[in-house]
Amino acid sequence: MHQRFSNPVLMKELKLRFRAFKSFSGLMFYLILLFIFVGGFLSVYTQFTGTGFFRPSESFIMFSVISVLQMALVMFITPGLTAGAISSEREKQTLNILLTTTQSSTQIIIGKLLSSIAFLILLLIAGLPLYSIVFLFGGVSPTQLITIFLFYLLTVIAIGSIGIMFSTITKKTIVSMIATYGAMIFLGAVTAFFFFVGFSLDRIPGGMPTTPIGGPTPSSPITFFWAAINPGALMLTILFPEMGNELANLTNISFPNWIVYLIFYSLITVICLFIAIRKLRANMRHNR
Amino acid sequence: MIEIKGLTKKYGSFVALDHFELSIGDGVVCGFVGANGAGKSTIFSILATLLSPTAGDATIHGKSVTRDPAEIRKVIGYMPDFFGVYDQLKADEYLDFYGASYGIPAEKRKVLIPELLELVNLTDKRYEYVDLLSRGMKQRLCLARSLIHDPKVLILDEPASGLDPRARVEMRDILKHLKSMGKTILISSHILPELSEMCDEIVVIDRGKLIAHGHVESIQAQLQGDKRIKVKVVDQLDAARAFFEEDPFISGIELQEDKKEISFTYKGSDEEQVELLRKALLSNIPVYSLNVEEKDLEDVFMAITKGAYE
Ligand SMILES: Nc1ncnc2c1ncn2[C@@H]1O[C@H](COP(=O)(O)OP(=O)(O)OP(=O)(O)O)[C@@H](O)[C@H]1O
Ligand SMILES: [Mg+2]
Repeated sequence: MHQRFSNPVLMKELKLRFRAFKSFSGLMFYLILLFIFVGGFLSVYTQFTGTGFFRPSESFIMFSVISVLQMALVMFITPGLTAGAISSEREKQTLNILLTTTQSSTQIIIGKLLSSIAFLILLLIAGLPLYSIVFLFGGVSPTQLITIFLFYLLTVIAIGSIGIMFSTITKKTIVSMIATYGAMIFLGAVTAFFFFVGFSLDRIPGGMPTTPIGGPTPSSPITFFWAAINPGALMLTILFPEMGNELANLTNISFPNWIVYLIFYSLITVICLFIAIRKLRANMRHNR
Repeated sequence: MIEIKGLTKKYGSFVALDHFELSIGDGVVCGFVGANGAGKSTIFSILATLLSPTAGDATIHGKSVTRDPAEIRKVIGYMPDFFGVYDQLKADEYLDFYGASYGIPAEKRKVLIPELLELVNLTDKRYEYVDLLSRGMKQRLCLARSLIHDPKVLILDEPASGLDPRARVEMRDILKHLKSMGKTILISSHILPELSEMCDEIVVIDRGKLIAHGHVESIQAQLQGDKRIKVKVVDQLDAARAFFEEDPFISGIELQEDKKEISFTYKGSDEEQVELLRKALLSNIPVYSLNVEEKDLEDVFMAITKGAYE
């Protein structure tokens, strides 16, 4: 019974990861980057207002900045941690031996995914002290913080799964890296671009203004979709619920965008993990 | 019992294995011989459930490698021809990881690991990082790893390559020990004298086809063409030469005057050879020794694989 839940790959990867100096320096680098951004923001902001003080509304702005920043950082780090999971073992010629053990493909893939995510969670937790500053000044509810953390987790798991999938189906880590970063940039930036393009096109319906300026525009589910799956847009709508209403007005769809996000990223995760598990022992016809 | 039936593996139009048929009994040590690219590693990979054949199947203890790979993995220990190790991992942690990968409980692993390290003579390297070990040590560690779940069948792809002569002797002793434990061992090697001493049976492969399978001696006999006979005389070398030159079965006579030795290729049967010796003695040729040169596996290998390079 105990064996069912133990995962040797996960345990070993965690051991290796926390032993490697690379991980420690990575963590330091992450924190330094975060502090520089926040420090920079603070100094610039207080200079602007000229008061030198920090009010709850301002601490909320800082909370937003940290949240979006962390999302961006984590999105950038995840492909680096996962895109080599299987392909690097192939390159180091350790994969063959691993595949002849009695571990199931599912166990191996999940172990790889969880060990990378564990490190990312560590990064997020290490960034928590920053939030304490925000809490000190008030203006942010714990519910908001928890919601944001859950969406970090979902995003990291989804992008991590994409990385593991590419790592399984490509031979070389470098190819897998490029593909995973490509997917990450698509989700993070290209979707925003598509949203703006779609939004502008919706505004000029065939050159004939059927609706008065400022009135409701024709609904466009696709434009709404691009916005809904964009992590940045999600962050903003969680932080500023008014923005969610704005999006609903713009696209005429009042469906909560976080549900679309949840479904879409869960689907990505499931599909990518399914493919990875299928393809891990690609040379065998029967595998699980 | 390992049974290979009609095993075929194609890479595109290239046939790496061609309807390979073989069966190997339990507890047998079976050596696979063949030139580079003959298909040895291909067979081993299929048996190790890493590669699926284009056609045919193989069973180990009645379980099919293609239909029931999970069951096969429980009973085989596999050592690939090329393998890597994880860096940042110590020898005992390395074994511990694979032990866990086979679902062996932690308490049992604690007992098992020192025993395995002892078996492969690596006790003093227990707390060393594996990527810093020498090649021979890694090889022995990998062998220990393949034994961790006490498999009945060992599939060892060139386990002795890259080892120095002493390490090779040690490897052979380990394998003998494993044989005495009743394990079935499939082993491929290019170093043939090594195989002939260690193996019960030899399988000869050439370009994906089974050329011969049997006991070491019978394989040697089977593949031996003409025999070469060496005769030593006390004196009268020229007379001896004149005598042997007359025999119709004899060709390619060579003389070594200083050693008083004549060697020649003989095509006759064993009975005819007896007759030849009797006649020589009756003709007062002072033969004091006659021996048939043993062809060792090395020669056999060269003979079989000649075609592959033409
Ligand atoms: N992935 C592959 N794609 C194409 N051809 C392959 C592949 N793997 C092996 N081959 C070919 O199959 C043949 C058999 O290879 P294999 O590795 O089984 O030989 P081997 O007997 O183990 O040789 P060696 O003594 O050099 O280890 C070779 O001609 C090789 O080129
Ligand atoms: Mg080989």
